[in-house]
Amino acid sequence: MRAKGSSKLQTPNFRATPDPKPLMEGSRFWKLKLFHCFAGVAAGLALLALPLAAHGVERFPPPEFDPGYKMPATTVPAARAELLSYVDVAVLVAALALASYLALMKRSRDGLLALSVFSLLYFGFYQKGCVCAIGSVQDAALAVFNSGYVVPLTTLAFFLLPLVFAAFFGRTFCAAVCPMGAIQDLALLKPVKTPSWLDSALGVLPFVYLGAGILFAATGSAFIICEYDPFVALFRRSGSYGMIALGAAFLIVGIFIGRPYCRFLCPYGALLGLVSRFAKWNVTLSPMDCLHCQICDTACPYGAIADPMLKDPHPNPHRRTRRLIALAALLPLLVVLGGWFGGRLSVPFSRMHATVSLAEQIAAEDAGKPGEPTDASKAFRQTGRPVEELYAEALRVRGGFAIGSRWFGAFVGLVIGATLISVSAPRKQSVYDPDPADCVSCGRCYIHCPKEIVRVKRIAGKNVIPLTPVRGG
Amino acid sequence: MLNGAMRGAFLFLLGAATTVLFRRSQAKRTVWQLDPYKCVQCNRCATECVLKPSAVKCVQVYPMCGYCKLCTGYFEPEPVSLDTGAENQLCPTGAIKRRALEDPYYEYTIDEPRCIGCAKCVKGCVLFGNGSFFLQVRHDRCVNCDECAIAIACPAQAFQRVPADKPYLMKDREHQA
Repeated sequence: MRAKGSSKLQTPNFRATPDPKPLMEGSRFWKLKLFHCFAGVAAGLALLALPLAAHGVERFPPPEFDPGYKMPATTVPAARAELLSYVDVAVLVAALALASYLALMKRSRDGLLALSVFSLLYFGFYQKGCVCAIGSVQDAALAVFNSGYVVPLTTLAFFLLPLVFAAFFGRTFCAAVCPMGAIQDLALLKPVKTPSWLDSALGVLPFVYLGAGILFAATGSAFIICEYDPFVALFRRSGSYGMIALGAAFLIVGIFIGRPYCRFLCPYGALLGLVSRFAKWNVTLSPMDCLHCQICDTACPYGAIADPMLKDPHPNPHRRTRRLIALAALLPLLVVLGGWFGGRLSVPFSRMHATVSLAEQIAAEDAGKPGEPTDASKAFRQTGRPVEELYAEALRVRGGFAIGSRWFGAFVGLVIGATLISVSAPRKQSVYDPDPADCVSCGRCYIHCPKEIVRVKRIAGKNVIPLTPVRGG
Repeated sequence: MLNGAMRGAFLFLLGAATTVLFRRSQAKRTVWQLDPYKCVQCNRCATECVLKPSAVKCVQVYPMCGYCKLCTGYFEPEPVSLDTGAENQLCPTGAIKRRALEDPYYEYTIDEPRCIGCAKCVKGCVLFGNGSFFLQVRHDRCVNCDECAIAIACPAQAFQRVPADKPYLMKDREHQA
């Protein structure tokens, strides 16, 4: 290998191209340190004249190499093949169809369990938990509110398909397709019943989370649902300590409490639950000849079996009617109150947006407030963009938050009001049956219902004694 | 009956939403990449990525490298000696491999599995060298989140979506001059 030019280029590493550009502030420290270190070497002199363009210039021309030297190439690993994302959608459709078949026609808990293991492996560990239907809500929201955002078609499919299936078959997506549901279903080793009042109260949270996720996504601030996804770090086998700790906490709680994320946080589950109420088919037990044995209720770890109202337990139906009227009157009040409260929160919420926080930082710096400039403010000043432009953009974002936060608050008010009404309203059903909104179609009740066991055995051609209530001995 | 009506209404709504969303969607796949000419080497790529270590790593574009003996991307500002001792290296994980060619030239290679994307070497190379070290999203690791956490945190707004078939924004010698 030879150096370019003559022998005087023995130290090509310091042959800086002289440049009159002044040194940048941050480099002085380095320059001095380097200077002390290599003082006396011609290098030091060259360093003094170091130019400092933001991204380096060719200060040291590369040497002329011997033909024998093979210069390594920079590797450029390709992105995931596009075809594979269509395969994902195809697998999603197949899994949804199979889950619906297994839950509603085959009524097979084992089948659902096997499918959920597959989904956990495919959508969880192989696909690394992303794209997922839960997070896709945010893509949809951002695409609706921001015309500049282009949502990938496959993400759109992950958002829409489970909803369409839920409109016909109930929450079969939750049963055995969602990897987050699958991992919690498998972790549930020692189910403990939670009181139904707690279920109802915590049932508000998924809607609040959904509203917040849409608010922050639609304003282009953050995808909080992805940020606080408890299991994605496990699926990727990589993540911050916070994410891993969150996942571990959910799994440990999930050993005792059935699907804590699905029931008390999952924003997509909230959507699916709403849709599932109007589903054409749902998971049902044997409503014709229910024995009222309550085994299904005991077996359901998710509190989804609705108690039949054999006789109205309320001591005073008139009082209940009065309460319902009062709650119905309270509902608009809660909505207005929520909207007002949301409006109060719009400024703190808007700080989640990078532009707003940068504008506040720049304004504080310009006003002479004490504090170090941040990387963002330094980078902004380096671009030379006028501050007014930044302020205008920040105000526009804040305007979006002013509207969005009010809607969010009003929505939370509506959800609280509707929950209060639904827990007070009388129910008409007379048999034990899964509640379509809460039931995740896991199929546990099938293997516990005595009537269902008999039915399955009969179909298989086995002789079974007819199951009727036995009195006496 | 009511259920059927509600279901119909829901499906209608969903259809409307699909139409709106479909117009805003595209089949052409894009991936995240950062513009090395905008990068300010703030270290957030190492800390903000949903992966640990980050999907952003340092790359070396050899034709731009000066093959310097005193590489300011490799050595601490005040090295005890100019050798491969860990105390002399800038890289916190020792991810830069140094190989002696004919004196005074050295070849520097990134040992990617070790690189955490902290950009310490990038800063050194950009400030005092040719800038042949720079950060790139490595697509064998990037999970292509729809909303990239680093892109949100990036103070220089250097992250953008690029076509999946051209997923890198490399520096080159011509651009430099």
